[in-house]
Amino acid sequence: MRPRRWSFKRSPLDARSTREGVFFVGGQQISPLIWLVSGFLCSSPVLADEPPAPSLERNRELIRMVRQDCGSCHGLTLRGGLGPALLPEALRDKPPAGLKYTILFGRPGTAMPPWQPFLSEAEADWIVAQLLRGFPEESK
Amino acid sequence: MTIPKTILFGWWMLLSLLLPLAWSGEPPLRGTGDLGVIIERGAGRILIVDTSGNNVIGRVDGLGDLSHASVVFSRDQRYTYVFGRDGGLSKVDILRGALEKRIVQGGNSIGGAISQDGRLVAVANYEPGGLKVFAADTLEPVADIPATYGDGKLSKVVGIADLPGGRFIYSLFDADQIWIADLHDLKSPKVEKFNNIGRAPYDGLVTPDGRYYLAGLFGEDGIALLDTWQPQQGTQRILASYGQGEEKLPVYKMPHLRGWAVAGHQVYLPAIGHHEVLVADTLNWKETARIPVRGQPVFVVARPDGRQVWVNFAFPDNGFVQVIDTLTDRIIQTLEPGKAVLHLEFTPRGEAVWVSARDDNRVVVYDTANFAKLAELPAASPSGIFFTSRAHRIGF
Repeated sequence: MRPRRWSFKRSPLDARSTREGVFFVGGQQISPLIWLVSGFLCSSPVLADEPPAPSLERNRELIRMVRQDCGSCHGLTLRGGLGPALLPEALRDKPPAGLKYTILFGRPGTAMPPWQPFLSEAEADWIVAQLLRGFPEESK
Repeated sequence: MTIPKTILFGWWMLLSLLLPLAWSGEPPLRGTGDLGVIIERGAGRILIVDTSGNNVIGRVDGLGDLSHASVVFSRDQRYTYVFGRDGGLSKVDILRGALEKRIVQGGNSIGGAISQDGRLVAVANYEPGGLKVFAADTLEPVADIPATYGDGKLSKVVGIADLPGGRFIYSLFDADQIWIADLHDLKSPKVEKFNNIGRAPYDGLVTPDGRYYLAGLFGEDGIALLDTWQPQQGTQRILASYGQGEEKLPVYKMPHLRGWAVAGHQVYLPAIGHHEVLVADTLNWKETARIPVRGQPVFVVARPDGRQVWVNFAFPDNGFVQVIDTLTDRIIQTLEPGKAVLHLEFTPRGEAVWVSARDDNRVVVYDTANFAKLAELPAASPSGIFFTSRAHRIGF
């Protein structure tokens, strides 16, 4: 069997974006400056290969957004639904940068929308890192 | 010797006071026609609510992952069948507020339907893609119909509804097909398939008379229509031109077609990827209007009398609810019930509507005549609201 592709829907529209390892980035360049600035804005210490953690309040919002809004397609438990599962074992063999671009810019030809209007790059990096280790539950 | 009348009367009084106390272990008799359930999305729990008193009368826990749950009701309106995201199917006794039976029948599902005669409950599964059918009384499996297409792949099943004659109709998201499973004779179930109905059907509904099935398409503009009275005519595409020449907006939440919106002979439908509600004439299925609205519609639901249509929206406009007057097709009210409005449900005759605001952890009840807030009920991340009046409607 062929390895599962990124898209969960086979569609002719999908052709330009489903080649393995090629990611649609909407023609946007990712500026290293944004990276730096968002790093400075965060108060918590930044580990070597760990994206900076958002503020506590924003952190709560992001966890809620992923659990609830991403969850409306990927499932509250992220085990998948109309969209694929987002559990660590499902994402392990995908490059993190690709995951980030998928979150920010969506996947044309599929139901995955771009979340860039609501997320900074650093936040998308943080979400990817959390997804890869098992996404945190919402605190009550 | 005679007992004075006053003493007799005293005894009688005492007895009449004590007897109800002695029976207080039994709940008072009541009907279920004004009851309903609210899904508490994150808690794996449903609230049992009374739409006459606008209050919560019970809670039932242990229903698993309810992140995209829906329910159907038994025809006696006593039991509700809860379809959970984790493939769980739970039968809950609304009167006793108790979980009767729970099975995990699949890996991933979001919806189901109950047969016309109330004997079969069918679950539409994403994983493994297909339809599973259970006896409504025992939840014993009676049929398994994998949604096989192409070279043996399984499709996610969406948009399931019951049809008259012991049939269920549903769409195959990955296969661009509509299937009708005929379970009238359980010994030999029959499946009728309709191919190339349009790309990526995401949900479906049947008209209140059970005649027409409409499948909304995600992969292209338009809606697939099947006349189930004349299935040999196949499907036709309606409203196919609504998005032409416009850039489709990103969709942050799939619309739902389950909430039927028909007023007179007009049907009101969400335009996927657009800030519009589409109106079509059910006599010829031609578009008659497009109503600009606040955001991308998710649920477009008619008040039972058809005079109003209420609309909620996808993220990021999901704090709003708008009301369309069906005489003028104009928006007459914009409400803000709370953060992340996920669902709304009318009382059986529509004098009130219940709206769930997930991120404010509350359900708000409005008077539909003057839009006054009648009640506010706390609920943990509430999503779907379902009233027992659904038990007697085709397609619910």
